[in-house]
Amino acid sequence: MSIAWYLAVSAIVFALGAIGVMTRRNPLVVLLCLELMLNGANLALIAFARMWGNGDGQILVLIVMTVAACEVCIGLGMIVAIYRRDLPLDVDELRELQG
Amino acid sequence: MSALLFFIAAAGAISGAVGVVVLRDPFYCVLALVTHLLSLALLFLLLRAEFVAAVQVVVYAGAVMVLYVFVVAYVGDSGSSLGERLRQGVTQSGGSRLRLGSALLGGALLVELLIALLGSGLKAIGEYGASYSPGPRTYGTPAYIGNLLLTRFLLAFETASFLLLIAAVGAVVLARRRGGLGEEREPPASLGLTRPRGTGTMAEGVTGLEFAVSHDRGAKNGERDAQPEPEPATVGGGSSRGDAPEQEGGW
Repeated sequence: MSIAWYLAVSAIVFALGAIGVMTRRNPLVVLLCLELMLNGANLALIAFARMWGNGDGQILVLIVMTVAACEVCIGLGMIVAIYRRDLPLDVDELRELQG
Repeated sequence: MSALLFFIAAAGAISGAVGVVVLRDPFYCVLALVTHLLSLALLFLLLRAEFVAAVQVVVYAGAVMVLYVFVVAYVGDSGSSLGERLRQGVTQSGGSRLRLGSALLGGALLVELLIALLGSGLKAIGEYGASYSPGPRTYGTPAYIGNLLLTRFLLAFETASFLLLIAAVGAVVLARRRGGLGEEREPPASLGLTRPRGTGTMAEGVTGLEFAVSHDRGAKNGERDAQPEPEPATVGGGSSRGDAPEQEGGW
């Protein structure tokens, strides 16, 4: 398949992730949808790296995966902290970002 | 063959993404994301990115998703049950309008991305990519990636490792039990209340069992009232020495 097909799939996955981030209210699912957006970007990077026959895009994908793992780590830690404080696990309810 | 594999993997990736967005139970969302990641790894393989595909399966679909599953099991799907959602939908009619608006915004984003990617005028987009010849150190193999990571991208590599360290420390700090040290100091003080009588405290050793028991009972009822009565019955020095630990327990 030509590169354009892969790019179309990556665009669809990215848009789906964006829709999920905007519509879902459970912070866990919002994190999952963020992963979707990162994966869409990853697929585009790999496709472009294949297009040029150059490995730089693959290195960038590995770095993006690292950053995504860090984001998951911090995000899940925050969710556990929210749960421990008996706050509602709802993005609409968690409006006050203070102590 | 590669076209067939591409369509299978693309369908899996897109349906997994739809599942993450649509499904109600967070646990099913995580499972849908695992499907999505595995199909994406297949797409990476079709694009000759062997090492990245392996990392995607082992690290992403393996380790990170296990972390998600643990947190979903710990937190549960609180507040996302169907009845609660329906009630919220009735009370907040503005929420559904907002949701529709954001879905439209996402559709506009998709159109814009497709125009930007496919209408970019790059001729190479319509082709199958650069020439590729299989070999032990060719494009996409672990040797190739490792060579790049340790030469041209050494700074990014080291920065990423440091970022991982910071994130791990941050997660431990965020998710730890609040005031855990203060809680651990408390039990010895409260243990004195439930301790059986005659188990050899210093007060019992000095003043005798009967006095210690009566004193303790008095301490439970209210120390101010009970103290003056038994004190004259024993030697002053013994009682004053024996009082201190018992009072600590009573308080």
